[in-house]
Amino acid sequence: MTPAATAVGDEAEAGSEDTGPLAVRSDGLTKRFRSGQVAVDGLGLRVPRGAVYGFIGPNGSGKTTTIRMLLGLVQPTGGRSWLLDESMPRASSRVLTRVGALVEGPAFHPYLSGRANLARLDAVDATADPRTRTRRSGEALERVGLSAAADKKYRQYSLGMKQRLGLAAALLRPRDLLVLDEPTNGLDPQGTREVRNLVRELAAGGTTVLVSSHLLAEIEQVCSHVGIMSRGRLVLQGDRSVLAARGDARVAVVTTPSCVATAAEVLRGLGLGSPDVEGVRLVAPLGEVPPERVSAALVRGGVDLVGFEVRRSNLEQVFVELTGEGFDVAR
Amino acid sequence: MSLADETPSGTLTPQPTAGSERQSPGSRPDASLRPLEPSAGGPDERVPGAFGRLLRSELRLVLGRRRNVILLSGLAAVPLLLALVLFLTRSSQSAGEGPGFVGRVTENGLFLVVAAIFVCLPFLLPLTIAIASGDAIAGEASAGTLRYLLVVPVPRTRLLVVKALAALAFAGSAVLAIAIVGLVAGAGFFGLHDVVLLSGDTVSLGAGALRIAGVVVYVALSMTGLVAVGLFFSTLTEVPVAAMAATVITAIVSGVLDALPALHAIHPWLLTHHWLDFAELLRIQPDWRTLASGLGVQAAWIVIFSTLAWARFTSADVSS
Repeated sequence: MTPAATAVGDEAEAGSEDTGPLAVRSDGLTKRFRSGQVAVDGLGLRVPRGAVYGFIGPNGSGKTTTIRMLLGLVQPTGGRSWLLDESMPRASSRVLTRVGALVEGPAFHPYLSGRANLARLDAVDATADPRTRTRRSGEALERVGLSAAADKKYRQYSLGMKQRLGLAAALLRPRDLLVLDEPTNGLDPQGTREVRNLVRELAAGGTTVLVSSHLLAEIEQVCSHVGIMSRGRLVLQGDRSVLAARGDARVAVVTTPSCVATAAEVLRGLGLGSPDVEGVRLVAPLGEVPPERVSAALVRGGVDLVGFEVRRSNLEQVFVELTGEGFDVAR
Repeated sequence: MSLADETPSGTLTPQPTAGSERQSPGSRPDASLRPLEPSAGGPDERVPGAFGRLLRSELRLVLGRRRNVILLSGLAAVPLLLALVLFLTRSSQSAGEGPGFVGRVTENGLFLVVAAIFVCLPFLLPLTIAIASGDAIAGEASAGTLRYLLVVPVPRTRLLVVKALAALAFAGSAVLAIAIVGLVAGAGFFGLHDVVLLSGDTVSLGAGALRIAGVVVYVALSMTGLVAVGLFFSTLTEVPVAAMAATVITAIVSGVLDALPALHAIHPWLLTHHWLDFAELLRIQPDWRTLASGLGVQAAWIVIFSTLAWARFTSADVSS
């Protein structure tokens, strides 16, 4: 794992030279806790302006600590970071007004209503105009579909409503960068789709979005770039093409029981390596062979072709391949 | 997902579209400019009066919170109860008890203010103040709202100053609540008269009221050291109750140490040692040096503990 990770890291570094302006950048960002545990180890994040950057990794891989360091909540023990070209945390009072954030779930005063909570956050923002507060918070609430429940106490909100209020707070003002940590946590499928649309819409308006999630399908649908963390290190980073480049496409053939042996022979004959056979289903790595040649060869060989599918590796496969940790927490 | 598409959900789907339509004329041109260049004007500029808005928001939060209102009401009930008890047992009261504040109430309602403060001073008042000041940072940390305040952003020093001011305002309100209810109840039950001082001299009602006001101010200022201690503990933990308890214990331990003759040497520097010196104001010739040294000790506690609180809060990792 480690040599591959280093290689990928170098590649990402080299690639960063021509990615243009960056919304988020870190060099060697490191957090070693007092216990000696290294939560984040030499992270070199490159989030281009205008990107939707999917930040993924198993639980405990250091995503949240990274996000906290980027936002100035946690002091790095090594390295530097920049948000919108401003050095953090020195410039935090200047740059964070342009950044909306949802960090490790929403948190508000339980005894205040959703609207009052937004008003509180807006009142403490030195650069927010109090004259437009009512309008802006109304719009933010409407945008996340919370208008009807705006005057209910936060305590009475469901998990999904709390999450929505967190998003509304991030959208109180126009932002150049949104940092969304697990934004779909606790949302139902409709809500999840909502958030996806919201992210797309914001990105279309020019906002850079850094979104962390454990829902890989979610990330895959909206992201232009990905960064995969494992055990405190960035093991893969880049635009979507890095996923495809890593991907080993495979071909899956479904046939009838009598033709399994023939099909396996045809596949081997094309140089695909020995296929995995499960009943009437054969799966083999495609390599450089064009899929249409495979299907034609199978038909020519007299194989009953019941099903034929080419599978490019998806984010989940790359993720599992790189992190190898499945559902276990990393530490 | 297809099910979701067909469900006339209403609650979620239509609104963002409506919102985006409404926003697009205003926000699009803005947004198309922004991604490339750091915005030069607009969002970076401070709107005048920022500190005032922050402070008002904090005061509203602290003084409007139901728990705190209940605490203030509890304190305000003390003079009322005291007046009631003294009024009903007027005949059988034991004269010359304690420093004599309680005994004097039936003669002059103005003394109810002093008597109520005297009753609250050992425990109730420190407890109330410890709850408010211990909650200041730890409460936000435990609710998770601290991280959102800091990324708004609110600079940490400014947040700490505002939290301290709000805790001081609460401490002041607590003393004032006792005083005002004491004054009203005292006037109602026993009437207001010329004031017989502890030294036996009599001063006019106006001069007496001024001295009582002085007592209230001195006691309120005597609480400021405790507020600083509470604020410091509040920066150490994410558990508000722990900060509150530590603050109350500080006051209690200080009282205990103050009662041990063997520790005579450190007595003048104890947090609570000068709290009862307000009685000086009820002598014909108050010893101003005593009062000044009492306030000086509070100032020392404030300087030490607010410095510690600042050092801790501005460097701590916020991981709650």
